[in-house]
Amino acid sequence: MTDRDERLDRAFSALGDPVRRALIARLSRGPATVNELAEPFDITLQAISRHVQVLEAAGLITRSRNGQQRPCHLDAAALEELTSWIDTYRMRAEAAFRRLDAVLESTEEKQ
Amino acid sequence: MNATQNPTTITATPGTPFLEMVREFDAPPDRVWHAATDPDLVVRWLGPSRNDMRLESWDVRPGGSYHYVHITPDGTEQHFRGVYHQVVENELAIQTFEWLGAPNQVAVETVRYDDLGGRTRMTTRSVFPSVEALEMAFQNGMEYGMRESMERLDALVTG
Repeated sequence: MTDRDERLDRAFSALGDPVRRALIARLSRGPATVNELAEPFDITLQAISRHVQVLEAAGLITRSRNGQQRPCHLDAAALEELTSWIDTYRMRAEAAFRRLDAVLESTEEKQ
Repeated sequence: MNATQNPTTITATPGTPFLEMVREFDAPPDRVWHAATDPDLVVRWLGPSRNDMRLESWDVRPGGSYHYVHITPDGTEQHFRGVYHQVVENELAIQTFEWLGAPNQVAVETVRYDDLGGRTRMTTRSVFPSVEALEMAFQNGMEYGMRESMERLDALVTG
C-alpha cells in the first residue's frame, strides 16, 4: 500500500462511525471546541474526546491552542483527497460510457 | 454523428447508502439496450478498458443471472455477479450486484432507459447494504481506476 492508500484507509475507517461523521459535518461549518462539539450528543464528553482523537489521528482534523481552549479545525485538504475518489469513480464510469458511445456508433453503421 | 458532450453525473449523499448515476446517449433506447445486454457488445465497453472483460454467464431475463470478470492491466481478475429481478426490454432492468472481492455486500440496482426522442437517458440507482459497503465500492473503484490510468499514462509517455 502507498502512503496515500494508508491515509485514505485511516480516514475511511474514522468516517465509518456516524458520530464522527456528524462531528465532521459540524466542523465543516467552522472550528469548535470539544465542549461545543459534544452539545448535540447524548454521550459523555470523554466519548466525544475519544472520537476527536480518532479524527485527529486520521489526519482529518487539527487542533490549535488558544489559551486554555484547543479548538478543532477541519483539514480541508484531507477531505478534498477523500472526495476526489468520487471524481475518479465518475471518470472511470465516463470512460466506460464513452466506449459505449463508440459501440453505439458502430451498431448504427450496421443497421 | 458528432460526438457530443454527455457528462456522467453521480450523486451520492454522504451518510446514505444510495448512489445515482445519470448518463445520456446519442441513440434511441432500443440500441442502448442492445449494446448493454448483448453478450458480444457489452464486453466491448463494460470492462476496465477495451476487450478485457470475460463473461462466465450472461442471461438477461427475470430470474436470470450474470457473472463477469474484469481483467486488470496487472493480470488480476475481479469477479462480479448478480441476478436479474426484473427485465423490461428497452426500458428497465432491476438486478443485484456483488463484487466478489467483498462477498455478501450485495447492492440492488435499478437501471432505467428513458426515451428522449431518439436519444436515451440511462439512470442507474444503487442501494448498498450499508454506507460502509458503498464507501468500499468507491474505494475499490478508485484503487483500480487509478492503476488503470497510470498504465495508460505510462503507455502515453513511453509510446
